Amino acid sequence: MSDIWSGLSQAFWLVVTLDPDLVEITLRSLQVTLSALVIASVIALPLAALLSVRRFRFRRVTIAVLNALMGLPPVVVGLVVYLLLSRSGPFGVLGLLFTPWAMIIAQVIIIVPLIASVAHQTLRELWSDYHDLLISMNTTQYQRIRTLLWDGRRGLLTAALAGFGRAIGEVGAIMVVGGNIDHATRVLTTAIVLETGKGDFALALALGFVLIAMAILVNLTIHMVSQTESGDRW
Amino acid sequence: MVSAILPFVVQDAVVRRRGKVLVGPVDFTLSDTGISIVIGPNGAGKTSLLRMMHGLERLSAGEAHWAVSLDEARRRQAFVFQTPRMMRRTVRDSIAFPLTLTGTSKKAARAQAEVWAGRVGLSDLLGFQASVLSGGERQKLALARALIRHPDVLFLDEPCASLDGRATREIEEILARAVADGTRLVMSTHDMGQARRLASEVIFMFAGRIHEHQSAVDFFAAPNTTQARAFVRGDIVE
Repeated sequence: MSDIWSGLSQAFWLVVTLDPDLVEITLRSLQVTLSALVIASVIALPLAALLSVRRFRFRRVTIAVLNALMGLPPVVVGLVVYLLLSRSGPFGVLGLLFTPWAMIIAQVIIIVPLIASVAHQTLRELWSDYHDLLISMNTTQYQRIRTLLWDGRRGLLTAALAGFGRAIGEVGAIMVVGGNIDHATRVLTTAIVLETGKGDFALALALGFVLIAMAILVNLTIHMVSQTESGDRW
Repeated sequence: MVSAILPFVVQDAVVRRRGKVLVGPVDFTLSDTGISIVIGPNGAGKTSLLRMMHGLERLSAGEAHWAVSLDEARRRQAFVFQTPRMMRRTVRDSIAFPLTLTGTSKKAARAQAEVWAGRVGLSDLLGFQASVLSGGERQKLALARALIRHPDVLFLDEPCASLDGRATREIEEILARAVADGTRLVMSTHDMGQARRLASEVIFMFAGRIHEHQSAVDFFAAPNTTQARAFVRGDIVE
């Protein structure tokens, strides 16, 4: 129990004194995960809409695969990205390994299936509502996708936040491709692993509390900015 | 001068779903003026017939041709569903939506939507979410949304089902105005009073077939088939 208490108090002091190391790795966590979230959303949301409005041959298989990939083990993704980006790998010349970019790439791969699956679930329901209407209005496929994405934005926000949650707390992949290098690729989760390994449980816990608080803060901010859950706004 | 979209010629058309014949085979020609009222008992295929004409149901057999290319015909018609489909938008944006699809700027489309909301009596509700409207208000929104593109042909699938007398009268007034503006109406209904009030021609459907297709005056005076006679009389037709 004493570890938890000293962790709490240490977390409190780290935050209050704006410990420079803490600020740095917290900002890097945010930077990496938010970048990954934006890129993944740009890929996954239109994909989910396309899967809803279009009937093609491998649609069922694609959806099943996406659902299965939601449980993709991060450490395996990290390993594959590592091999692709390593000096001898096909993308080695880019020199991305052990940079924040490598971490972003790994996180994008991890959360695209999750965001696409959750988004597809909500857009599919919306499409069954809109199907007759949009067909009757002689819409193009592009217009249908746009309409679904706009009118379904509340459900899509949930999908994106689920992706954020998975990415911000993820450690396996970014540890492998980022390397947890101080002042370069160290983020909250990798720092926690390091401090735990060193036996500094209080500091590890403090970082953990900061991580949780930050996740809640980001969710609240996004909800507030988009004004969901207030009145009858969609 | 835009070329006329009608007549619409249907030959031996059949709509089948899961092996069951919903409509057909039917043969008819939709002439270029008036109000066609489709009547018949439940399950006679009224809705399927309208959906087939509008292109929402694929033909399993037979042919259907507009006087213009299919692509142009699709652009110049609209459909009002029995249960209006509400979008997750405000009343204003819902009515403006069809215009924005054809490239009208958002501002101009919204201005038009306000004009149409006035015509159907929804001016006070412009800023509300469409999902909070009552049944009659929803149907009026659907009408304004359908009419805003000035369609040449408007299909209505029992637009006044489950509405009271006053709402029905208001909707009939809107429809009369649309007809005066040159829109051809094809409408199904269960309300024989409404059929008598509006129809210039009647399509009587029974078991997926068109049993009668003639002018309203002749139809209501003396239906040719026994089923139609019984239906007009108010008997239960099975």
